Amino acid sequence: MRLEDAPALPPPSNTVGFRGWLLKNLFSSVWDSLLTLVFGLFILWALLNMVNWAVINATWTGENRDACIWEGAGACWPFVVAKFPQWIYGFYPGDQRWRISVCLIVGAIALAAMLVPAVPFKKWNAIFLLFFYPQLTIVLLSGGNFSFDATTYAAIIFLIIVSIAARQLSDHVAIPISCGWGIVFAAMLVVMLTLDFDFGLAPVETRQWGGLTLTLVISVSGIVASLPLGILLALGRQSNMPVVRHISVIFIEFWRGVPLITVLFMSSVMLPLFLPEDVSFDKLLRAMIGTIIVSSAYMAEVVRGGLQAIPKGQFEAARALGLSYWQMVGKIILPQALRISTPNIVSIFIGLFKDTTLVSIIGLFDLLGIVEAGFADPEWASPNSSSTGYFSAAVIFWIVCIAMSRYSIYIERRLATGYKR
Amino acid sequence: MTVDVEPRGRFSKFSWANPKFRSFVVQAALLLLLLLSFLEIWRNTLSNLESRNIASGFDFLSKSAGFDIVQSLIPFTSDSSYGRAIAAGFLNTILVASLGIIAATVIGFTVGIMRLSKNWLASRVAAFYIEFFRNIPLLLQIFIFYTVVLKGLPSAKQAFHFGNTAFLSNRGLVFPQPLFGEGAWLGIAGLAVALLAAWALLGWANARQARTGRAIPVSVISLGLIVTLPLGGLAIGGFPVMWDFPELKGFNFAGGVTVIPEFLALFGALAVYGGAFIAETVRSGVQAVSPGQIEAARSLGLHQGSTLRLVVIPQAMRVVIPPLAGHYLNLTKNSTLAVAIGYPDLVALGGTVLNQTNQAVEIVGIWMIIYLTLSLVTSAFMNWFNSRMRMVER
Repeated sequence: MRLEDAPALPPPSNTVGFRGWLLKNLFSSVWDSLLTLVFGLFILWALLNMVNWAVINATWTGENRDACIWEGAGACWPFVVAKFPQWIYGFYPGDQRWRISVCLIVGAIALAAMLVPAVPFKKWNAIFLLFFYPQLTIVLLSGGNFSFDATTYAAIIFLIIVSIAARQLSDHVAIPISCGWGIVFAAMLVVMLTLDFDFGLAPVETRQWGGLTLTLVISVSGIVASLPLGILLALGRQSNMPVVRHISVIFIEFWRGVPLITVLFMSSVMLPLFLPEDVSFDKLLRAMIGTIIVSSAYMAEVVRGGLQAIPKGQFEAARALGLSYWQMVGKIILPQALRISTPNIVSIFIGLFKDTTLVSIIGLFDLLGIVEAGFADPEWASPNSSSTGYFSAAVIFWIVCIAMSRYSIYIERRLATGYKR
Repeated sequence: MTVDVEPRGRFSKFSWANPKFRSFVVQAALLLLLLLSFLEIWRNTLSNLESRNIASGFDFLSKSAGFDIVQSLIPFTSDSSYGRAIAAGFLNTILVASLGIIAATVIGFTVGIMRLSKNWLASRVAAFYIEFFRNIPLLLQIFIFYTVVLKGLPSAKQAFHFGNTAFLSNRGLVFPQPLFGEGAWLGIAGLAVALLAAWALLGWANARQARTGRAIPVSVISLGLIVTLPLGGLAIGGFPVMWDFPELKGFNFAGGVTVIPEFLALFGALAVYGGAFIAETVRSGVQAVSPGQIEAARSLGLHQGSTLRLVVIPQAMRVVIPPLAGHYLNLTKNSTLAVAIGYPDLVALGGTVLNQTNQAVEIVGIWMIIYLTLSLVTSAFMNWFNSRMRMVER
């Protein structure tokens, strides 16, 4: 009598190992094999063409266009090498480019420290990134030394005094003005003084900004400004004050309904009409206003999605504990809502980064604009310059966008742990 | 033990502690601020327009434009008015957006389904497509289509041809134009009768299946009707259709219908870019259908095709439609990038008119109103469609 089970037979040899994998995933039926064959041939063809163009038939060295013009020439890499500094720095004066490099390096380090969860001092880093870093970049890129007139200073100092006085008074009359406003105005004064201070940097007009620098300036300022604006609009849309609610709804739906390019045209041709004749904005600032308005409307819808996902009990519990509206929003609602909407916020950032290319249509030289401008250079005009330039620009954009989307997936997984049951 | 507590009476009506009063003050202040800033903008605009000698109003729309348009769906000459130019631009926008939406939907559903294929290679190719095209700016893709792909095509003399009837060259796509003679209405009438008959057949077949449980192959019969009836109609009329074939004359083609390269580039980029987004939506929609549904359908004895048609797709569509509406709207708005390569859409032609007449406020106003209306109409239609597809809970 057998006391043990018979030993299990090994699985059929065509279901295990590499062969098993092939049979299961690539050749499970006639139809499947045909599909594999078609796609395999297509991939092979595409890869061969790509390698031929980018590596085998490519020109690797050369001083000007002549190197890239020959029968059957592929990619023209010397063009990229020659133009690359301009793609990054735009038309910024050569001896001042260190200023952009400092901004980029400091920003990259602070951002990396912010994004890697293991690095400490997140709070101080955030304060640096959102308050000090923008000032640093404005001063370094433009040269600082803005001349604000005396009335502006007087207005700010007056506001600080009023806030402090109101704070003192508010114990007597029932108007709860917190000292928060005093701090906000004092911070504004500090910012103004910093921007006004003469650091001895040569001024560089925004006309000379360009390339990846300009793309980053527009997209990062859009991201930084649209998040708080979007949160305010989203809260406004949920408000129970009808005027606030309707204004928010109209603002959001209007700017979401019109194409960005018409908004950019509007900000470049109509904004000067709206302002008094003696006030004029520079072109870059006008483009930035357009992108910020549109992206804050999109941001508002994403944040609203997060707000709607918060159970009503959270609001009620917060109010029942005696929190004021802003305490409830700041301490209970937003931390949860922003966590839920993080992936969508990042996808808005990605969209904004891609959409900055549109400013090339209204005559600013962002990365795409400056790559295009390079094709007109008679020194480098060859049949393959434009395809090589576009290819390189596509690779740069792709790397930045895919990095953002991978990071969002990573952070989504990390944040989701609390909800996993 | 008693505690001395001062009775806290009701707040005064006008106290800051009264929430009603507070919200009233905040709203009134906001409204006042908004009104004042609008007034300020209005005043500035009027004085600026006056100092620049620009007459406001829409009178300029009836003036003669003095420029030509490379592609127009309505007759247009350089004597036509600015208003007609804007109308032509609007029609071009509608044309490229609607064709783009159709193509992006086809690409999106194909790639989305491919992404879920059990074939490893097909799934990887689809994933690569989605990740590649979603993460490159649309404007760059339009430029690539326009300069690298289309300008890289052979000249008209060496054009790719399809049986010498249609030609693809760097002058665009040229194909034969049908010229309908007398009696062509019979063909159109045949088509109308066929569509009506197919619709009636569907209703009758559904009622019959509900009553007796027996099905008939509606789709095959309908297809047969739609092919044979118009052909029959044309046969009665003696085939009154002539074809105007394109011919190479000098450096370009004469005759036939020409699709300009700008249209091809914009259409191609919109379809490819939109398709990548739609594919991702379709994938998540299909994945949202729980596997239990499919297993239950199969164990009830439904074929694979019926499972897909009756169980998977209706449930997936519910997830897919709302984001799909968003993608369609985005595609329509993205068609404005036409201005970068000179396809004469609403924004490009409006920009030309703006440069010639300086009527910035009016032109931007026309743009905004038209795009807002398009957005609202699309979202209204999608909402209606969505409510039809919604699950009816019993």
